[in-house]
Amino acid sequence: MKKQKLVMVGNGMAGVKTLEELLRHAPDRFDITVFGAEPHGNYNRILLSPVLAGEMTLPDIMLNDLDWYRDNGITLHAGRKVVEIDRVRRSVRADDGTEAQYDRLLLATGSLPFILPVAGKDLPGVIAYRDIADTEAMIAAARDHRHAVVIGAGLLGLEAANGLVLRGMAVTVVHLGGWIMERQLDKPAADLLQASLEAKGMQFRLSAQTAELLPVEGGGAGARVGAVRLKDGTLLPADLVVMAAGIRPNTTLAESARLHCDRGIVVSDTLQTITDPRVYAVGECANHRGIAYGLVAPLFDQAKVCANHLAGFGIGRYQGSVTSTKLKVTGVDVFSAGDFHGGDGCDEILLHDRAGGVYKKLVLKDERLAGAVMVGDTSDGAWYFQLVREGKNIAELRDHLLFGQSFTQSQLGDAGHQGKSQAALLPDSAEICGCNGVCKGTIVKAIREHGLFTLDEVKKHTKASSSCGSCTGLVEQILASTVGGAYQAVDKHAKPVCACTGHNHAEVRAAIREQKLLTIPATMKALEWKTPNGCATCRPALNYYLISTWPHEAQDDPQSRFINERAHANIQKDGTYSVVPRMWGGLTTPAELRAIADAAEKYHVPTVKVTGGQRIDLLGVRKDDLPAIWADLNAAGMVSGHAYGKSLRTVKTCVGMEHCRFGTQLAMDMGVKLEKMLFGMWSPHKVKLAVSGCPRNCAESGIKDVGVIGVDSGYEIYVAGNGGIKTEVAQFFCKVGSDEEVLEYSGAFLQLYREEAFYLERTCHYIERVGLEHARKFVIDDAESRKALYARLLFALADAPDPWAEQQAAPLARHYKTISLKLDNEGDRHGLAETVPA
Amino acid sequence: MAWQKLCPLDEIPALGARVVEHPGGNIAVFRTAGGSVFALADACPHKGGPLSQGIVHGDGDNARVTCPLHGWNVELDSGSACAPDDGCVARYAVRVDAGSVWLDAP
Repeated sequence: MKKQKLVMVGNGMAGVKTLEELLRHAPDRFDITVFGAEPHGNYNRILLSPVLAGEMTLPDIMLNDLDWYRDNGITLHAGRKVVEIDRVRRSVRADDGTEAQYDRLLLATGSLPFILPVAGKDLPGVIAYRDIADTEAMIAAARDHRHAVVIGAGLLGLEAANGLVLRGMAVTVVHLGGWIMERQLDKPAADLLQASLEAKGMQFRLSAQTAELLPVEGGGAGARVGAVRLKDGTLLPADLVVMAAGIRPNTTLAESARLHCDRGIVVSDTLQTITDPRVYAVGECANHRGIAYGLVAPLFDQAKVCANHLAGFGIGRYQGSVTSTKLKVTGVDVFSAGDFHGGDGCDEILLHDRAGGVYKKLVLKDERLAGAVMVGDTSDGAWYFQLVREGKNIAELRDHLLFGQSFTQSQLGDAGHQGKSQAALLPDSAEICGCNGVCKGTIVKAIREHGLFTLDEVKKHTKASSSCGSCTGLVEQILASTVGGAYQAVDKHAKPVCACTGHNHAEVRAAIREQKLLTIPATMKALEWKTPNGCATCRPALNYYLISTWPHEAQDDPQSRFINERAHANIQKDGTYSVVPRMWGGLTTPAELRAIADAAEKYHVPTVKVTGGQRIDLLGVRKDDLPAIWADLNAAGMVSGHAYGKSLRTVKTCVGMEHCRFGTQLAMDMGVKLEKMLFGMWSPHKVKLAVSGCPRNCAESGIKDVGVIGVDSGYEIYVAGNGGIKTEVAQFFCKVGSDEEVLEYSGAFLQLYREEAFYLERTCHYIERVGLEHARKFVIDDAESRKALYARLLFALADAPDPWAEQQAAPLARHYKTISLKLDNEGDRHGLAETVPA
Repeated sequence: MAWQKLCPLDEIPALGARVVEHPGGNIAVFRTAGGSVFALADACPHKGGPLSQGIVHGDGDNARVTCPLHGWNVELDSGSACAPDDGCVARYAVRVDAGSVWLDAP
């Protein structure tokens, strides 16, 4: 296919992000030409403030240097401003006469500062604050001059003022509004912020209107600005005036090309201009559903969708963003998100410690967090923002919500380590990822050097949080504190399953059910997978969704299972395997123990260990020996313990009323019944149960996916506990009277989990996502639904085979064998190889 | 050394692998969905994990295996780890002739 021509006008973050995404999807689809008015590559505009403040330097904030354009075959016309688009001939022309033809045109012209229409606005020393040149002008002015006036106390204005104060200038901020940052903060928050900025040396003139800018007295023609006169007559000395009264989308070029503009270039959900579908617009210049975004996170979302459409996939749609604000002034923490004004139908939770400099306001609407504004302590900003975006029901959290994530979760029984410590305060040497030994400094360095913006990128480059995931929260916090506002936590459930597809887990599950898909190839075809046969992330998920949705019908594909489920044993670091025979309810017999001992000796098993789930683990078995050791164990009446699978693992029991003087129920008997019922159950993740015979709970039912506790009048059932990565106390689910009911209620709950949870979601994560009420509704409140779930579970598990017995038969058993080469100096060996002349 | 006949192609599962014992270290012989075969040293450049036990995906130039230990992806035709990981494993010549797999191991 002949390459099409893509021309991009504007060389800023949104535009270049679009190109990066596009190159990833379809590297060979376009010849790309970029026009940028500034003589640089692409830099991180958000970090201009730290540059002004002297905390970073220009090379630190380059995202794509000129080499990047060359390496990707992109023609860059830096320092050339496009002045004309000819949509009929499909070409653009720059101010120096350079022309370029296009098949697709991407406008990323950004925004222009709003310059007050006052006398003196064109004097030397009057600047806006948008780019590297402005930043350099401010740094230069700070060297030679004393007084600065910043007009506008929004984010940009305050960051500019802060930088100038740090560079030694006497700065007065003039603001039209009654309080600073009025679009992001309410008055109490703004007052606190103002106080802390005043403490840094900034002065403020609020409700003040600029009348004119005056040149230095006696300076003659071409004199520099010398003072600002306010409407009330006050005269402020000013050798430098920074206009930061707002920005407006830069639509001059688009308007001249007769593209419809209305406070921005009006675009559709695919970021195409509504006038001309060959022309796209992203970033601050675009108006999507009436909003022109000025923060980086939504612009990146737009870039992704736009790139997706340019690449010809056409499945992405941009539907707008909820934004949050963070002020980048070192030592002053401000955060706001969502609707923080409240009003009718809203509740407010407030903490206001004037002396301590802390203000927090949460606005609740319909049991959901609608907005938050914080000054002084913003460490929970990311968490609140996530709650706002996800629209999560916070009824259960409400009492503790104001005190932050770590306190709230500790109150809810979550003693896990989800990154509650304030990552920003940790030293570089602090170990963040305990699995892979990655410290904070390594993560920060990778983020800066490679320009990373997402958790996935950090995972790939550093391996942090790529194993067990318990440090994900910490890594996200580090990312947020390193890249500032550019970081936006993604809703992991809305994310595509992997890079092979644009569909998320919920969509894949729904398609398999609704279209009755029975094989992985059919699913990939129906959902237009981008890769021929998926990857190690999506194939196991698809395989699970197929076999759980269509038991006895869908085709199980061993090659799409992780090795442990393919080899029915657990792979160890040296490539050997561990073998765990099933012991129903943790019970065994002398004959079984004798058989295990014999097998351990016969196959030279180096380690024999008792597991946490009341089983015996034979570690260090060669793969070649697996079928034979299974045959020996089968002969003694034992079957696979499924200790290797996303499946029912164990039902742990205490000795119960059978022996215990405190026991109230037959715990061992109940455990064996449960385990027999659930034998061979594949599930989204591993599933562990326990049955205790009395509330002393010796079987630890409180940290199991389903925990049963016997009481005098029956059983209590607890669900969604977890003793692993994230210790989670199981929640009380219901109380039942009989063994049959224990089977029915537990079975129905597990079937609901099997049908609704996403692959690799434990019951605790699933219940956290859908809420315990949801499970109660289908399992407890609605008897018909419970019986239907239970019946579906029993149907799925009917005739569950022992995989060990299946694997011993040819040809499967041969796949366990190592092939031996026939070597010159040896006789015939047992392998299949034979030598022939070359 | 001479080319050696390993086994019929059907003895290697599609999107799977078999292990060949070799004095210089085990060799993994992979088969893709399209029926191509590749042979690599059976030791991930990361921590020596048995690549033969990983999930095989992609085809042709893009055929890869994901190491079962820590999830590194290794290209089957070049033996190189996929970015951002860095490293490589030895490759061996391997071909299919009249339904049989042949390996040229030193």
